[in-house]
Amino acid sequence: MSDNHNSAGGVPTTGHLWDDDLADFVNQPPKWWMLGLTASAIWVVVYWLMYPAVPVAINGTFFKGVGLPGSGQWTAIKELAVDQAELDAVRKPYEDKLKAMTPAAILADKELSEYVARSGKVLFSDNCAGCHGQNGVGTSQAGKFAMREQGLMAPILNDDDWLYGGKIDDIHTTISGGRQGMMTPHKDTLSAKQIDDVAKYVKAMSVEGKSAADADAAVADGKKVFAESDCTGCHGADAKGMAAMGSANLTDKVWRFDGSIEGIKQSITYGVNAGDNARVAVMPNFTAAGKLSAVEMKKLAVYVYKFGGGQKEEAAPVAAPVVDAPAAPAVP
Amino acid sequence: MSELKKEVGSVTSIYSEHVEWATNLGDKTVHAKRMPGRFRTLKYITESFWLIFFFGAYLRWNGKQALLLDVNNRQFHLFNLTILPQDIWMVSLLLLLVAMTLFAVTSVASRVFCGYFCFQTAWVDLFTWIEEKIEGNPNKRHKLDAAPWSFSKFRIKLIKHAIWMAIAIFTGISFTIWFEDAFVYWHNLLSFNLSIIESATLIAFTLGTYGLAGFMREQACLWLCPYARIQAVMADTQTILPAYDLARGEPRGKLRHAGKVVEQQGDCIDCFQCVQVCPTGVDIRDGQQLGCITCGLCLDACDSVMDKIGRPRGLIRYASLDELEGRKVHKLYQHPRTWVYIGIILIALGGIVYGLNHLGALTLRVAPERQPLFVSMSDGSIQNKYTFKVLNKTDKDLNVKISAEGGVKGQVLIDADIPQLVHHGKPASFTVFVKAPRDNLHSEVTKLQFRVENVEDPTMAAEYNTVFNGPKVNGK
Repeated sequence: MSDNHNSAGGVPTTGHLWDDDLADFVNQPPKWWMLGLTASAIWVVVYWLMYPAVPVAINGTFFKGVGLPGSGQWTAIKELAVDQAELDAVRKPYEDKLKAMTPAAILADKELSEYVARSGKVLFSDNCAGCHGQNGVGTSQAGKFAMREQGLMAPILNDDDWLYGGKIDDIHTTISGGRQGMMTPHKDTLSAKQIDDVAKYVKAMSVEGKSAADADAAVADGKKVFAESDCTGCHGADAKGMAAMGSANLTDKVWRFDGSIEGIKQSITYGVNAGDNARVAVMPNFTAAGKLSAVEMKKLAVYVYKFGGGQKEEAAPVAAPVVDAPAAPAVP
Repeated sequence: MSELKKEVGSVTSIYSEHVEWATNLGDKTVHAKRMPGRFRTLKYITESFWLIFFFGAYLRWNGKQALLLDVNNRQFHLFNLTILPQDIWMVSLLLLLVAMTLFAVTSVASRVFCGYFCFQTAWVDLFTWIEEKIEGNPNKRHKLDAAPWSFSKFRIKLIKHAIWMAIAIFTGISFTIWFEDAFVYWHNLLSFNLSIIESATLIAFTLGTYGLAGFMREQACLWLCPYARIQAVMADTQTILPAYDLARGEPRGKLRHAGKVVEQQGDCIDCFQCVQVCPTGVDIRDGQQLGCITCGLCLDACDSVMDKIGRPRGLIRYASLDELEGRKVHKLYQHPRTWVYIGIILIALGGIVYGLNHLGALTLRVAPERQPLFVSMSDGSIQNKYTFKVLNKTDKDLNVKISAEGGVKGQVLIDADIPQLVHHGKPASFTVFVKAPRDNLHSEVTKLQFRVENVEDPTMAAEYNTVFNGPKVNGK
């Protein structure tokens, strides 16, 4: 095997010299290598034809390509549709089950609630996070959103303070029916001093607890205003709020709006959803908006419940057995 | 190195070494001669290592395949061990170990892998062995290749290629069954029920074997294999390799000229036996070169000739450059390069042994919620949310109990008293809430360790260190 392809005598050089004595031979590459190159070149043409490389309008639609017969005119959109159908088939048994179930039943089912939590995350990001912030952190924590500038402050969803109740069905009702907050403005009924006094009392209830605030002489004026004006009508004599009308619990540490004295005074002076300078608190009715299906709203209820603030159902009171008890109606 | 006369300005002068270069570009089929000898026998033995490749996958262990790289289900089974993707870092150490073993061996005795173990070498050896049985010795093969097509030539070639193809198919099957239950694969194969990936792997490896071992042969070593190109980096003047003893052999020449023994010449009688047996077709007398896979077959050939002409063996022998050029020959252990490789091997080995001993039946990862880091609750306490990922590596489903150590005084793990079901072989995910009184927080971040343990066997447990986040306390 001493035959020599690189013999300087036999093979011509390119004729160009670098650095005085460096030259290139004009050697042919190995035959098998050339064959490979030619085969690749042919394959390029075949592939170019089979792949829809030429966008031609067929039936008014672009990007159908000129697929070879049998190549199926592959497009990314078609592939997406196929993949989507595959996913839908995987999800179908779950989705079918969800249709007939109540949110509470979904929550109780470990596998389904896990499934719902995954799709709930996407739904929440698309429909809820705009106001409530990603993961339900609330507008007040989510930074200076444009909505907050306009006075709209959506509540935090992952704490355990709920205006309209934190049980799974309450949450579901809020999503499917929407909520409209309300609080009367007191700029005409209370004097500036009265508003100041009652704000201090309310703040004290949150910081020290109600009984301590009641005993606190420093806020006695405010306590009087609270008891004698219309505050107790909505917030209750115990100031714990009423879930039925969505009035806030004033004795806990969580503030629906701003918890500073100035913030509390603003809420009292201008009210909620009551014209100029008022707080804005509007939860859209997602059923009426038609944006979400019944199943999607159930998913969201479970997802929001699992943020960490959801309240358990109290142990069902032992009732006398009822013959032919009707099955619990499915929530639409 | 021979001294080259360099004429300044002459292009050809710098290539005056060319006459020594032999480059087979594949236009010449190498039909190497088979000669018995020590290294030939050694090569048969080392090549039979590949029998493990063919038959190892049929080994059963507790009713399952003992060695199964179950890529589909993302787990490796090695006897009793199951290696899940979470432990895959050990595979990188294994690759390091294998590479360094290759380097260490190469630094001691050059391309031992190429010459004795490489699949290309082994399969080419098998294919040419079959070729020799069917077509005869190299002379006959050259003649047959040159002969015009006839029925008998066609018949001979057909038989050869059929056998080659059968071996190639069996190779393809043998490769695939390492990744899937061997018996299931055979069943699918025989009932024509292979999936696309199964068939594609089979076809790729069948055609690859047939092409590489049947046709590419030494061309794969010369032009495809990167290891052939980088091996020179590992070898130095202390490395032993098959080498021609220039001082003893030259000047070479025929033993007899005009019926008389020629005096005053070297031991090499220029019989070309070393070239004829070479599977890559190089002339070892030109010195160490790219084409030499150091298989030692030329040593056998030369030794047999030396025996015949009554000269001592070892004109071509395993020798280092130091030895051949008359420098001091160092002991094997006086080779720092090899020690560096061995050091890396030991580190990799240590890592693997550590990993295998710490696989554990349970692994726990805890991700604290990042948005929000914490939530203020209505009673003023602070709540953190944690996502638990528990991996159960046993072969049974089990229930785990969650507990925490450290953290904030008075903290409560919500609902943690309910055992969580963890299915075997796949990660389970669930959330755990921890609530702590705000007054007990002493800094923004408090260290916290979670522990999960098997309800039935508390020794089977896993821990994870994380933190409890809270608001700033006194400005820090």
